[in-house]
Amino acid sequence: MGKPRVAIFDFACCEGCQLQIVNLEEELLDLIGAVDVVEWREALSEQSTEYDIAIIEGSITRPEDEKRLEIIRTRAKILIALGACATIGGVNKLKNNFEMQDVKRCVYGKAADMPHLDTTPTKAVDEVVKVDYKIHGCPIDRKEFTYIIRCLLMGKRPEIPDYPVCVECKAKGNPCLWEYEQVCLGPIIRAGCGARCPSSGFRCFGCRGYVDNPNVNAAKDVIEKYGLTLDVLKSKMVLFGSTQGPTNA
Amino acid sequence: MHNDMNINVHHITRVEGHGNIVVNVTNGRIEKLQWQVPEAPRFFEAMVRGQSYEDIQTIVSRICGICSITHSLAATKAVESALGLKVSEQADKLRILMHYSEQLQSHTLHIGYLAAPDFFGAPSVVPLVSRAIDVVKTIVRAHRVANEWSDLLAGRTTHPVTLIPGGLTRTPAEKQLRQLQKTLKDTIPDLKVIADVVLSVAGNIPKFERQTEYVSLKQTNPPTYTFYHGGITSDDNGGKVVPIEKWHNVANEYIVEQSTAKWAKWHRDSYAVGALARFNNNSELLSPMGKEAAKMFDLKKGCCNPFMNTVAQLVECFHIVETSITMIDELLTKGLKAEKVTSSPKAGKGAGCVEAPRGILFHEYEFDKKGNCIAADICIPTNQNHANIQKDFEKLVPEIINESEDSVRLKLEMLVRSYDPCISCSTHMLNVEFVK
Repeated sequence: MGKPRVAIFDFACCEGCQLQIVNLEEELLDLIGAVDVVEWREALSEQSTEYDIAIIEGSITRPEDEKRLEIIRTRAKILIALGACATIGGVNKLKNNFEMQDVKRCVYGKAADMPHLDTTPTKAVDEVVKVDYKIHGCPIDRKEFTYIIRCLLMGKRPEIPDYPVCVECKAKGNPCLWEYEQVCLGPIIRAGCGARCPSSGFRCFGCRGYVDNPNVNAAKDVIEKYGLTLDVLKSKMVLFGSTQGPTNA
Repeated sequence: MHNDMNINVHHITRVEGHGNIVVNVTNGRIEKLQWQVPEAPRFFEAMVRGQSYEDIQTIVSRICGICSITHSLAATKAVESALGLKVSEQADKLRILMHYSEQLQSHTLHIGYLAAPDFFGAPSVVPLVSRAIDVVKTIVRAHRVANEWSDLLAGRTTHPVTLIPGGLTRTPAEKQLRQLQKTLKDTIPDLKVIADVVLSVAGNIPKFERQTEYVSLKQTNPPTYTFYHGGITSDDNGGKVVPIEKWHNVANEYIVEQSTAKWAKWHRDSYAVGALARFNNNSELLSPMGKEAAKMFDLKKGCCNPFMNTVAQLVECFHIVETSITMIDELLTKGLKAEKVTSSPKAGKGAGCVEAPRGILFHEYEFDKKGNCIAADICIPTNQNHANIQKDFEKLVPEIINESEDSVRLKLEMLVRSYDPCISCSTHMLNVEFVK
């Protein structure tokens, strides 16, 4: 069997996750040797319609992008959603809290009806097509990216943590940010980032999305303990997953 | 062509997707010549409404993966201005160091990965891996140093998590700063190798000139080659400095029929921002090594060859590293202190401005008394450069019209790339259509 053909595509996003791939630095040179990168606008001029693995960065905000994504899906054996915009919609979903016409008028004023501004409410990739693997985070974690790609190359299913960020934060011996009056989402957000933000003294804002079964009652207890209301927690939960909240919250 | 009624229409989306160059020549006559940027709007200015002042930088850093620290800094400064928050001298210095890390990261990315292949006649950096592995490894090393530097001060390489209104969430240890300083000293020989390589292919930089206006930050007290403090200046206003609160008077945005992206102008039809603008307005304030690098390439104040922007970025790499080594000395001499930062909501409006690697960037926010955002306005450097790119096209194409189609195509692509537009994929995003 030849090397797997990999293609990387971007939709609405900041391209920070592709940048993390570039940021693999020397390791990227090794990785590029193990696969056949057939399309990657950021780094290559080549284009291809034949690939085994499609990596999708960005969220879907336009009808034409849905069509493009559907075509990519039909061509790819494995489709990977890369980063928060692709896995959960990311900050782009904040747009969905408003009427589209209001959003357009707010930014473009009188030119709001220009046809190229026609956008739909933001969708994560799996709201449009079937996704085989998700690489979480905003941006993605470089180590996790190489781990997942290596697993796929070896035909193994990667293990993605399904426990909250608090687990990793505690393991690092960090003081709890709730003690410092920060509304930290660590108790309900999926780990795997090494609790990067709380380790820097910054609250978890939820870029990896919720764990599969968030312990909502425990989160409520935390809120009560620190004398806050559920609304405060909810206001922080919208940053990276405005429509992706725990269903039983 | 433009409509003054639209001056107050500001858009935030970073340029996304394919930028198009259209050249239409009939019987040797240029019928159509356009720089077009179709965009996937993301509406950040609308999205942040209702969000807390504490979360603004987290959201807007996602405008751009490459210059996320810059966006966060501009936003945080705007929030602090709106809320009347003061930042300690130590935090201020650490922020500048953090900002420098991103300048070096972005400049090495652009010079090494995006622009260099043009100089070598290669379609991308990948073929250079086999042709010039040592050079590629040197660039990769400098890029990695810049990223590790961001990691230390910003909490990660992309989308900083140490910036909060009023200061920083943490202070690095003296030992970490000392190590960083050593790494930066060790990087200087690598930068020299990169400069020598670029110099060896500098003959491939097109010799094209067009007088235009150069706009950048300028800091007079103390006089500094600034990326972070100061006001707005241009070579057209006699060295005067406009306070950043008046940025709307500078970046007069307008809409043109041919482009979905907005253009901007100040004293002329267009202006340029970026490393060459900073160099032209502040070159006498460069560090000794920065000056030396400029001399190496014969880059002088008043240079109006847009292709030299890449060289100006290289010059800035030396300045950034040398200046940072000195700043770390200053921080260590004074001794680092852990600082507790607190802030509380307040109604107000404020603007923040910093130099992104690719030019001057403005953020402005208004908050209600609960500290929730009620209005936002952001103007990114790439949009300020669009009109200038078009004007360059209009002068350049008649000068090279007799060259081959491939040569015209390459020069136009190189021209756009030299502006380092905030499209991380700019190397190969260009779709040049010739209509004959």
